[in-house]
Amino acid sequence: MKVIFRRPESLSVTPTHYCPGCTHGIIHRLIAEVIDELGLREKAVGIAPVGCSVLAFNYFNFDFQQAAHGRAPAVATGIKRARPDLIVFTYQGDGDLASIGMSEIIHAANRGEKFTVVFINNAIYGMTGGQMAPTTMPGQVTTTSPRGRDVNDVGYPIRMCELLSSLRTPAFIERVAVHNPKQVINARRALKQAFIYQRDRVCFTFVEFLSTCPTNWGMSPVQATRWLEENMMPYYPVKNFKTPEFTEGQNAD
Amino acid sequence: MQIETVFAGFGGQGVMLAGRVLAEVGMKLGKEVVWLPSYGPEMRGGTANCVVIIADEPIASPIIAHPRDTVVMNRPSLEKFCPAQKPGGYAIVNSSLINIRPDRDDIRVVEVPANEVAIEAGSGKAANMVMLGAYVGVTGIVPVEAVIEQIKEEFQAKAKLIPLNITCVERGYDIGRAAAGYCV
Amino acid sequence: MAKILMKGNEAIAESAVRAGGLLYFGYPITPQSEIAEYLAHRMPEVGGVFLQIESEVAVANVLYGAAGAGARVWTSSSSPGISLMMEAVSYIAAAELPCVIVNIVRCGPGLGGILPSQGDYFQAVKGGGHGDYRCLVLAPCSVQEAVDLMPLAFDRADRYRNPVIVIGDGMIGQMMEPVEFTEQQFPPLPPKDWATTGCQGRKPNVINSLYLDPVEEEKLNFKLAAKYEQMKKNEVRYEKFRTDRELECLLVAYGTTARVCKTAIQRLDDEGIPTGLLRPITLFPFPEEAIYELSQRARFLLSVEMSTGQMVEDVRLAVGRSKPVYFYGRAGGMVPSPEEVVDAVKRYLAGGDR
Repeated sequence: MKVIFRRPESLSVTPTHYCPGCTHGIIHRLIAEVIDELGLREKAVGIAPVGCSVLAFNYFNFDFQQAAHGRAPAVATGIKRARPDLIVFTYQGDGDLASIGMSEIIHAANRGEKFTVVFINNAIYGMTGGQMAPTTMPGQVTTTSPRGRDVNDVGYPIRMCELLSSLRTPAFIERVAVHNPKQVINARRALKQAFIYQRDRVCFTFVEFLSTCPTNWGMSPVQATRWLEENMMPYYPVKNFKTPEFTEGQNAD
Repeated sequence: MQIETVFAGFGGQGVMLAGRVLAEVGMKLGKEVVWLPSYGPEMRGGTANCVVIIADEPIASPIIAHPRDTVVMNRPSLEKFCPAQKPGGYAIVNSSLINIRPDRDDIRVVEVPANEVAIEAGSGKAANMVMLGAYVGVTGIVPVEAVIEQIKEEFQAKAKLIPLNITCVERGYDIGRAAAGYCV
Repeated sequence: MAKILMKGNEAIAESAVRAGGLLYFGYPITPQSEIAEYLAHRMPEVGGVFLQIESEVAVANVLYGAAGAGARVWTSSSSPGISLMMEAVSYIAAAELPCVIVNIVRCGPGLGGILPSQGDYFQAVKGGGHGDYRCLVLAPCSVQEAVDLMPLAFDRADRYRNPVIVIGDGMIGQMMEPVEFTEQQFPPLPPKDWATTGCQGRKPNVINSLYLDPVEEEKLNFKLAAKYEQMKKNEVRYEKFRTDRELECLLVAYGTTARVCKTAIQRLDDEGIPTGLLRPITLFPFPEEAIYELSQRARFLLSVEMSTGQMVEDVRLAVGRSKPVYFYGRAGGMVPSPEEVVDAVKRYLAGGDR
């Protein structure tokens, strides 16, 4: 019998704790597929953040470290500087990366640390129960912006890809989405590219995933997908922001 | 036997270096030594000082409220440190820049026109070495030859400064030796 | 090997390099920046890693990552910077990772000043960050002792899989003394088979401090507590000075302050007031047995510190109510003088200031 679909070796057999309609599961799978495809599982070290994906280490079948809130890029820096041969990625939400961990992500990017950041932007704090995030949309209602995000009071949502792209240090920076098959295929390509750049020790790599949080948005999964398309995508364009100048094999050992 | 010496002056006058040379020499002679700087935010221009302790026994407290000797290169240093000296100690006073004398009759004062001597030798920047030479000359705390050896090592990377600094130590030493007669 | 005259900070850095502490991450702060400056040129010579990180918050998290990947890793800072590191130090203790943290203490609280202090005693020995943990704390009193304690710090960090703090006041960092580097031998260490080094040929390793199940979390707490008990049994270090006699007073002091006390004791001897010193070298574990034992041959104890009274609480715990325990301290960057210690001893001897 021909196998056309199977669990990637890099995923463990663990029942999910994520909510129905949440996109973490898709992104976990994409990471596992890409790592399998590139044959990197036995060199991989993931870093779990604080947030809904705090337990990410339960889902992957390779080494993991759990980091303090926002500090995953610092932890990744430590691993990568100690063991440049390992393949290291952080998995961080918007509160973790764009709020409390802003300093760590900017400086890791600016040093050109050669690890991969998987940034999950769902415009809200998930684990703590739906509070406003730095990426919450103008007017978006959350438990800490009950009248909608007031940009005159708390400013506009932060666009991390654009911010990081302004740094001069070479990097691979791309924003993707995973709310329909076409976007998933594109996201997989970008993610794979990021890990290739890391494997070849080229540059800092950053992939932002526009994600849905039906539970805390108060919507059905279908409504959430529509809301993401209509509200988030115009403000957070899905595209490549930065690609390093690089020719295959230039960093070969 | 334990001798504590404060080297003090403006930042940039080289008092830290003068103290460190003495401490290095002491160590190489097999003595116990401590070199303790006053560490402050001033990198240049402010007041700077260090304490050098040379002893035969392990040094207990490195913090010295009452040093035996002082080597003072500017007036604020004289005003601050000479009153705290132990009776019977030496004060080496840079008379090029200081127009007062310590208000004490129980310490032995040697006036050294360090800046003039150093300028004559080639550069006023080496006034610290004139002061160090004078201190060694008047106290005999270490042999001057050991100081000269240390200067050769200290200025290895800037070899062209070695003759100047040695000359300054020697001229200071002569002033110190001459003074030893009357001030002891 | 001939002795060389070295500043405490630089000597600490060199000793760490020789002990295999080849990964250093740090952030500048007075009075210990010479450590980073020294390593910035030294690490490339020995194939090590020196990296200036954006903040002390990040530095300690970099340590977590590198230690988790199996490296012998360390940092240094001074009081306000150490406070910023406390977040990750708690995680490092919880995840049982080895690292060495040098704190060249300056006066505080707040931004304080840059002059020496022992005001970080509580922070160092009572945990410091959140949660239920301890660090092994070593307190040198001279540049030579700082040099000698660095290899021990790395060894014990690895052996106990626990952060080790080397605490020196600003004086230890700034003063120059002759030092000699001697190689120390330690029993072999167990392999770091828990580190995240890639899961080739084994099950994945996870470095973690999250235990949502109270049964699991309590298990960790008790495991850590048992480890600290082991430290109390095996790691207590101290020096006794002139204690082999009946004493009027037993001084208890560590670091530079202990040296001040030694001078004071010599003067008290001249005046016929026999006084001894117990100098803790480990602040955690605290030499409580030795202090209790010596206290029984003294009329009273005096804890001398550069603080307004921190270690004195542990001295009291050690002695109980069996002997009076008094305190003399200077703070704010002021250092007690031998004369002041002599006066304090005489005052309490005469029954004053109780």
